[in-house]
Amino acid sequence: MAERLLMKGNEAVAEAAILAGCIHFFGYPITPQTEVAAYMSKRLPKIEGGVYLQAESEIAAANMVLGASAAGVRAMTSSSSPGISLKTECISYMAGSDIPCLIVNVQRAGPGLGGIQPSQADYWQATRGLGHGGAHALVFAPSSIQEMVDMVFDGFELAEQYRIPAIILSDGLLGQMMEPVIFPERKPKYIDKPWALTGHGFKREHNIVNSLYLEASELEEKNNEREQRYNEIRRLHAVADSYLMEDASVAVVAYGAAARVSGAAIDVLREQGVKAGLIRPVTLWPFPTAAIESAAEQLEQILVVEMSHGQMVEDVRLAVNGKIPVHFYGRNGGILPTQQEIINQLLELTGGVK
Amino acid sequence: MIKQVLFAGFGGQGVLFAGRVLANTALGKGYELSWLPSYGPETRGGTSNCAVVISDRKIGSPIVTNPDILVAMNAPSFDRFIDSVSENGLAIIDSSLIIRESNRDDITRIDIAATTLAQQKQLTGLANMILLGKLFSEIALFDEADISSGMKLSVSSSRESLINLNLTAIALGSSI
Amino acid sequence: MEVVYKKPHALTDVQMHYCPGCTHGIIHRLVAETIDELDIEGRTVGVAPVGCAVFAYNYFNCDMIQAPHGRAPAVATGLKRARPDNIVFTYQGDGDLAAIGTAETIHAATRSENITVIFVNNAIYGMTGGQMAPTTIVDQVTQTTPYGRNPKLAGYPVAVSEMLSTLEGTTYAVRVAVNNPAGIIATKRAIKKAFTNQLEGKGFSIVEILFSCPTHWGMSPKEALDWIEQDIYPTFPLGVYKDRTEGPSHD
Repeated sequence: MAERLLMKGNEAVAEAAILAGCIHFFGYPITPQTEVAAYMSKRLPKIEGGVYLQAESEIAAANMVLGASAAGVRAMTSSSSPGISLKTECISYMAGSDIPCLIVNVQRAGPGLGGIQPSQADYWQATRGLGHGGAHALVFAPSSIQEMVDMVFDGFELAEQYRIPAIILSDGLLGQMMEPVIFPERKPKYIDKPWALTGHGFKREHNIVNSLYLEASELEEKNNEREQRYNEIRRLHAVADSYLMEDASVAVVAYGAAARVSGAAIDVLREQGVKAGLIRPVTLWPFPTAAIESAAEQLEQILVVEMSHGQMVEDVRLAVNGKIPVHFYGRNGGILPTQQEIINQLLELTGGVK
Repeated sequence: MIKQVLFAGFGGQGVLFAGRVLANTALGKGYELSWLPSYGPETRGGTSNCAVVISDRKIGSPIVTNPDILVAMNAPSFDRFIDSVSENGLAIIDSSLIIRESNRDDITRIDIAATTLAQQKQLTGLANMILLGKLFSEIALFDEADISSGMKLSVSSSRESLINLNLTAIALGSSI
Repeated sequence: MEVVYKKPHALTDVQMHYCPGCTHGIIHRLVAETIDELDIEGRTVGVAPVGCAVFAYNYFNCDMIQAPHGRAPAVATGLKRARPDNIVFTYQGDGDLAAIGTAETIHAATRSENITVIFVNNAIYGMTGGQMAPTTIVDQVTQTTPYGRNPKLAGYPVAVSEMLSTLEGTTYAVRVAVNNPAGIIATKRAIKKAFTNQLEGKGFSIVEILFSCPTHWGMSPKEALDWIEQDIYPTFPLGVYKDRTEGPSHD
């Protein structure tokens, strides 16, 4: 069995990317993400063909990824919330040009420059607001460093399969903390990229990577084709993890760091006889609507816990569609809900006595 | 079993490193664990702290708000965290730098003049390891071999010569 | 019958959309001739800007990509770093390169990215209908400087070649113009040198080309060509601003 290592989330995600065959990294410093770039700057120059480049801005870094990915290599960038805002212009272009890539967002609190402590206030941005034009990216929400490492492989492979950007929605907590991790002995899978800008070598027509279609009918056709890919992703790749849900009457729906704490709170409540469970969205786009919709059949109520004023709660309510009450508890500004706070919320909802 | 430990002091006192040695020692023994540093501007010369959680089950929050064990290496950290130590918890204090009383009579307090002691024993700069040694003897989860392998995982190969010095300081702290 | 003049292979058969009298077509041809002569079409990737030249991806026969506004040098950086054996060029207008893309331009130059930048400067935003550009000259009338560019309100034109020549990383910076046959020959020579520099690994080369926009300048094609000489030369003098190709090669 592979070795159990102690690593920071930011460093583990970088190492995982290298293992997944990504040796082109374009970065820009921002707390609490900088260790991703620092790790790459140390490792990539030692790898044949490896490219680490510190760009002049997050905007430029994203566009370098666009160029490198368009050339057919696995490329990635990482940033934290304000920096991701700057990258969204290019993410829209990548989506519109059907260019895969991996982007890590080590979320910090906002809005504006906000703070540097962990947050989940970029849910809307990741699932709804990646630039203009109504594009999507695959959005993965790890709740442990181990899971983040595994998602890097899936991220690149699904991104390439569907020609769509992928995002790992980490946060300052997962990025800065260390916990044990085992790197998978998984060989990266590669597929042909006949669209890549490799130079035609007089062996094919010239390739064009482009998102401009001035003829409305042509653009509609292009967008419809992409929407079909989105629909296939929605159908096949929406993932949620269930914990103690078999007999649960109340469930917490939470992702990422908030799900860790919620799981621990549920353990405590189970010891007190409260039938609580956890539904943890692992992908945020596509959102695991079906898992929540069917859970709503057995549950009496749901508590959504987020490190924001409530963003994912909207998707949960859409999935539940009024069948049962959906409550919300959140902390924001860089504060993680405590185990006790979540216990108290659930006890109040279930009428349990503290 | 769950142990929530908070190391706090000035940047440069080796607070993060002490936490790392504890975490790596727990790693070797197969425990679930987390290590979380304070980050951002406060690490630049100001106070620095890190939280280590060791457990035999999956860890929810790596944030420690009520430590079972506080290792305090300067007065501001003592002031900031002493009241947060959980009931029946433990505070290990570097009394060469912290001359403070508290009204916590519900916790165990161990004062060690670690900085002075380190200087006397040619272990200058290793007060953090002396205090960690005391922590190891108090929690009694790890033997000498565990600690030694945890140390090796924590020291980069370019600074290997420090391993034995650090282990000496830990042994000194354990024996107090 | 002997063919004495034909379309370069590196240009496609797609009919260009440029206005009558626009000199983009000449510059496209010069770039394509260069690609043919250096026999690099099979390994060349071009980056099209936002602006009038956005459709350049349809006109060049090599692989092409269309970049977000101003970001062409960053996209080119990614392309070149991923495949250093490919020849990468950007084709950018003044709004794209010298306003919204200033940072990308300066930093690609300062890193001496081994790319070729074709910078077409006609002192106006063409695609959006003739607004003030960063290179619009003082007193020039545009849709958004209806009383002429007043430096007190709108600042001064940006002299890109001069500015980039101050950067250590810039290998070759030259300003030429396609307003007469001699200028076209000089432009061809500059473009070829800029591509050759890249082939030889010498680093960042930029060819700034003054060209005309009769439509938005409100002139006949002939008047527009004359206006370049009379009114634009004083603000943007032609010449080689930087050439360190004689020195040690850049890795």
